[in-house]
Amino acid sequence: MTGTSPASYGSRTSIQGEDSHHLSLETQSMGMWLFLMSEVMFFGAVFAAYIVYRHAYPRVFEEASNHLDLVLGSLNTAILLTSSLCMALSVNAAARGLSRPLVFFLVATILLGVAFLGVKFIEYSHEFDQHLFPGGDFRYGGANVEQAKLFFSLYFTLTGLHAVHMLIGILLLVVLAGLAGRGSYGPGDYAAVEMIGLYWHFVDVVWIFIFPLLYLVGPR
Amino acid sequence: MNDLSRIPRRTYVFVYLGLIVLLAGTVAAAYLPIGSFHLVITVGIAIAKAVLVILFFMHLRHMRERTIFLVSGGVLLLLILIALTTVDYLTRANSLSIMP
Repeated sequence: MTGTSPASYGSRTSIQGEDSHHLSLETQSMGMWLFLMSEVMFFGAVFAAYIVYRHAYPRVFEEASNHLDLVLGSLNTAILLTSSLCMALSVNAAARGLSRPLVFFLVATILLGVAFLGVKFIEYSHEFDQHLFPGGDFRYGGANVEQAKLFFSLYFTLTGLHAVHMLIGILLLVVLAGLAGRGSYGPGDYAAVEMIGLYWHFVDVVWIFIFPLLYLVGPR
Repeated sequence: MNDLSRIPRRTYVFVYLGLIVLLAGTVAAAYLPIGSFHLVITVGIAIAKAVLVILFFMHLRHMRERTIFLVSGGVLLLLILIALTTVDYLTRANSLSIMP
């Protein structure tokens, strides 16, 4: 990734310098985009299951959705959007060669990611206390217990898979921040920052769809 | 050209403020008496937020055609997955009978 030979083979026109590492940034980013498109299909399968069951039991889904904590869900959405802003500013700092802002925004992204998981943990513990986890001890006040169980299965599957992705993202960011602290990234070489940024924003986009589909099914 | 260092910081901040306004809008819509229109609004807002993140934060608008084709292909496959699944279940004679 040092800007010369292997990374710049994607450019036919450039001779050296300026243009070649910009092209290599896009070439390297395409690898991450390709991986993310496979993730789209991974989450897409669960969303497809969601669509089928919501269409089959619209009233039960509305009622069950009101058992989720909209305040904490909205707060977490705001936290995640803010973390994405910090991630975007990290890439911007790296591209401009500003090493201190780079580390600052990476650490801010990590802390907001940890805050998201903290809020999610509080939500999960409330739901476990109310026996809403679709295990052997599932209890649900309304009618149509089995269909409500289906909603909570989808809720825990989607948010659980999302939380695992968040955890992986945080671990990647910790390594990235450590390397950034040693001055590993600069204007000529920040593809790693951009690629992990792409992953982080993708996980944000998944949440952008999870939030209304689980927390905002019916009128409140 | 994708020289990301030339993007001003305020672009990211404006996009972020737009995302927060959309979030407030989607939560507020949940309390409005608009019936089934509700689903259209929340999903519409979610798509708008996703497009903002993908174009600006993920820099897709600064990328060349090859990356745009790659991403469009992924979205197209997702739409095919959802469309065929939906058509399958909607056209079954006895779809998803209520469990005991």
